[in-house]
Order: sequence, then C-alpha cells, then structure tokens
Amino acid sequence: MPMRLEILTAEGVLFDGDVDSVVAPGSEGELGILPHHAALMTMLQPGELRYRTAGGESYLAVHGGFMEVTGGHVVVLADAAEHVEAIDVDRAEEAVRLAQERIAARPADMDIERALRSLRRAQVRVRVTRRRQRPATGPPGA
Amino acid sequence: MRSTARVTRAMQMVAASKMRRAQEQALGARPYAEKLREVLAHVAGEATTDSPHPLLEVRPVRHTLVLEVTPDRGLCGGLPSNLNRAVARFMLARETPTAVITIGRKGRDFMARTGVDLKASFDGFGDRPTLADVLPVSRMLERAYTEGEADEVHIAFTLFRNTMEQTPVVRRLLPVEPPALQEAAGSSDHLYEPNAAGVLAALLPRYLEMQVYDALLEANASEQSSRMVAMRKATEAADDMIESLTLDMNKARQNAITAELLDIVGGVAALEG
Repeated sequence: MPMRLEILTAEGVLFDGDVDSVVAPGSEGELGILPHHAALMTMLQPGELRYRTAGGESYLAVHGGFMEVTGGHVVVLADAAEHVEAIDVDRAEEAVRLAQERIAARPADMDIERALRSLRRAQVRVRVTRRRQRPATGPPGA
Repeated sequence: MRSTARVTRAMQMVAASKMRRAQEQALGARPYAEKLREVLAHVAGEATTDSPHPLLEVRPVRHTLVLEVTPDRGLCGGLPSNLNRAVARFMLARETPTAVITIGRKGRDFMARTGVDLKASFDGFGDRPTLADVLPVSRMLERAYTEGEADEVHIAFTLFRNTMEQTPVVRRLLPVEPPALQEAAGSSDHLYEPNAAGVLAALLPRYLEMQVYDALLEANASEQSSRMVAMRKATEAADDMIESLTLDMNKARQNAITAELLDIVGGVAALEG
C-alpha cells in the first residue's frame, strides 16, 4: 500500500503524490518511513531527502524544516527545498566560495546570519548533488 | 491627452501582469501555511502541560505594537489610505501606548506625519518578496515580545479577496493563539523528535515568520490589483475625455469650415453681383 507524500515550502508545493518509501534527514539522524509507520513529528536538519515511487527514486536537498507522519500520510514542511535536477552544482559551488570569502572578509555592514545561512544552503546543495551524480552515462536514476 | 491615456494603459498592463504573479505567489504559499497551522495545532495540544513557550505566554497588556504592511509606491487607488485609517482607528481604540513598525513607504510616511512612536520601518521588498526578506522583521517582533517591550503584537495589512475587493484587516500575531484542533483523533500518540517542547520551540518562530510573509504576499496581491484597477479607471477616464475633446475639436473645425465657406460664398456672390 503506497502512502501519500507532500513536500511543501512557503514558495509552493514541490511534490504531492503516492510513494513507497521516504528517507529524511531527521534531527536525530536519517529516518526511513515506510507505510504504516507510527505517527511521528520531527524536525529536519539540512540534508538529503529521498523518496521512491513506482517510477524510481528521487532526491531533494532540504534546508531544514519539519516532517509529520500520520497514518498513510507524510507531510514535509521544508524551510526551502529543491529537486537535485533543479540544482546547478557549478553555481552552488561558486556560491560556497563567494560566501566563504565574504564571511572571511567580514565587511562592517554584513548580515552574518544571512551570510551563514546562504553558505549552509549552498553547501547542502553541493553535497546532495555530488553524492547523486553518476558518471555522465545514461539517464539519471537508470 | 492621448499620451496620458497611453501611459496609464501601459501601467495598467504592467500592473495586470504583476497582479497575476502576485496572486499566484499568494496562492502558492497557502498549502504550506495551512499545513503549518495544522501541525502547530497538534504540537501545541501536546506541549501545553508544563510552562508555556514565551511566544504563547499571555501577559497583561501594557504596551502594544502594530506591524503595518503597506505599499512602497502610490497610484494604487485608496488602498494605502484605507489601511492607514484602519490602523489609526485601531490605535485610537487601544487604551495602552501603541508603537508601530512599518513595511512600505506609504505607512512610514503616514506614521511619521501623525507623530506616533515609529519603532522601525522597512521598505524595498519589491514585487516578489521572499521568506528571507521577512526574517529581520519577524525577529524584531519576537524580540520585542520576549523582552517585554510589547505585551501584544498585531499585524495590519490589506487582505486580498479578489481583483475588485481588498479589505484592510488588523490581526493579533503575539501571543500566538494556537489554532484549535479540528479532529482530536490520532493526535495524542505522536512520537516527537527531539521532543514536543523542542518541536514547538522551533515551530513557533516559523509560524510567526509565515504569518508575516503571508501578510506581505496578501498585501502585494492587493496592491497590484488595486493599481491595475486604478489605472484602468484612469485609462477609461482619459478615453472618455479624448472622445469628448475630439467631438469638441471636430465641432470647432466644422464651425471654422462653415465660416470659411460662408466667406467664400459671400465673396463669390459679391463678385457676381
């Protein structure tokens, strides 16, 4: 029996459909959810979230948030998230470099919290994407 | 006159496309906002047993804080003044000293003119505000509340109903009133990681941010709609005016031609006579 997964961010709905399993970066470590999982409410840390459907496995970078599991329904409320396919790794790496330089330089008007946040996000993007990148042969997920 | 009509028509078209985007953005945020509300209802029901979270704590009200969300720019009909009036009314009805934080220049200018206690003002969020934009605002509200600077925080913005109708509203943000749980079933046996209080402590600031963000999106959709309608009215007025001016002009020309014809006919008659 599949369960329903919803991945929501403040910007919109990223995914809403039936899945066979979900693996999420819970606050206490990686968390696998199968149908009939006990009701659960957990915080998410930045990292990789993956889910399996009949069509294969999909990967997302999530940047913190919450996940609620009730009956056959999983809701992910992500602070921000994107599918791996939507991530431009080169840009993310560039962003990591820029953010590190900026933080190292520490200009007087810097919003340090904001800078650290964008650094963390770029790092998660790079990490999640690099991990899932196959050698450039065959379609993704093949 | 024609060029005025052209300008307002162009502005109407720009506003119409921004309006569509703003409306989409406001609608896009709704599923997340609703789910967050639902989850908060679950968790709050769970974690109320021990001492309440600071953002839930209800205190006797000695100081009030209002966050007003207004447009940066004008030419959007009566929207800013309607909202400013609603906020002024709200403040007059309070018996407690009331301070204001504004988003948008229209609110700031109004509050500065009336000489109320303007704590801070933000502007330049543009037509596509992001959640990150509102973080400094919601942090400031949170701090004002937890440090006792304000005992209640309200938010005032223009609620988007549809393209023709936008309503100014004032709502309480803090203390957070956890939304009532609709279906009590299945909520008591949740596992919490790390624990219910921890989840609640992380959830509440997010909820506050989302409410501010949501208000910003609503306000933006309202502003663009109101501007589109205002510009359409201006274009129509200009068109009407062009029509009546054209009529006047044609009449005047007709008169001139008739007078000229009479002259010529008169002259011919004189020559023949």
